[in-house]
Amino acid sequence: MGTGTGIGRVRGLGSAKHGAHHWLAQRYTAVGNLLLVLWLLFSLISLPGLDYESVVGWIANPLVAVPMMLMLVSIFYHLRLGMQVMLEDYVHDKGLSFLSVLLLNFYAIGGAAAGIFAIAKIAFTGAAD
Amino acid sequence: MARTTSRPLSPHLTIWKWGPHMAVSIMHRVTGNGLATVGALGLVWWLMAAAIGPEAYATFVRCATSPIGYLVMVGLSWFFFQHLCSGLRHFVLDMGAGYELRTNKSWSIATFIMSALLTILFWSYIFFGKAF
Repeated sequence: MGTGTGIGRVRGLGSAKHGAHHWLAQRYTAVGNLLLVLWLLFSLISLPGLDYESVVGWIANPLVAVPMMLMLVSIFYHLRLGMQVMLEDYVHDKGLSFLSVLLLNFYAIGGAAAGIFAIAKIAFTGAAD
Repeated sequence: MARTTSRPLSPHLTIWKWGPHMAVSIMHRVTGNGLATVGALGLVWWLMAAAIGPEAYATFVRCATSPIGYLVMVGLSWFFFQHLCSGLRHFVLDMGAGYELRTNKSWSIATFIMSALLTILFWSYIFFGKAF
């Protein structure tokens, strides 16, 4: 294993000097999730109904759409960091490890994009017929 | 590196027993990855269904309110509250506090009690509703 030497970094084995950033970003997004997911849960249980009309009407409100989009960024950023640590611990084969982190990045960015697009569509075009 | 078998191994690697701090640690990972997969996909499904239209939304509601759907939602809410409580515990540990054996044990157990209570409270409010 590299120990932070130049060649170690080139081979992806040594310290990438990203550990502190990873650690901090994990905490920042944790606070984001704490606030935003609790907001979502409290909002959902206080909505008059969870039928199509009520939910779409609720999400279309800018004061709902914006925090909901921020929540998706925070959630998918946080899960990307957390799942990366899990994969690094359990996937030992180098090629498989690379592939799994690649797929994780696709999942995290794709999931966030899908969720944010859905909110944007509801916010900009309202209920579908 | 070659290792001679005649030399003793560190005894602490083989002699240990389960404690609440280990359970809360592994549960943090289990709940986190559960929420990251099933929870995040469920959330995006819900939003996508709402964006696509009433029929897609009706399909989502039918699945979510099936017996399995309720089981998944109750499980996810418990996972969320457990991850939240042990996450808060991590913030305290990050500050360098709460490592004394007794304190550590109490707060580890407290995360399980808190998450169970929060889950029960959350679903009681949904089912018995606006009464309190």
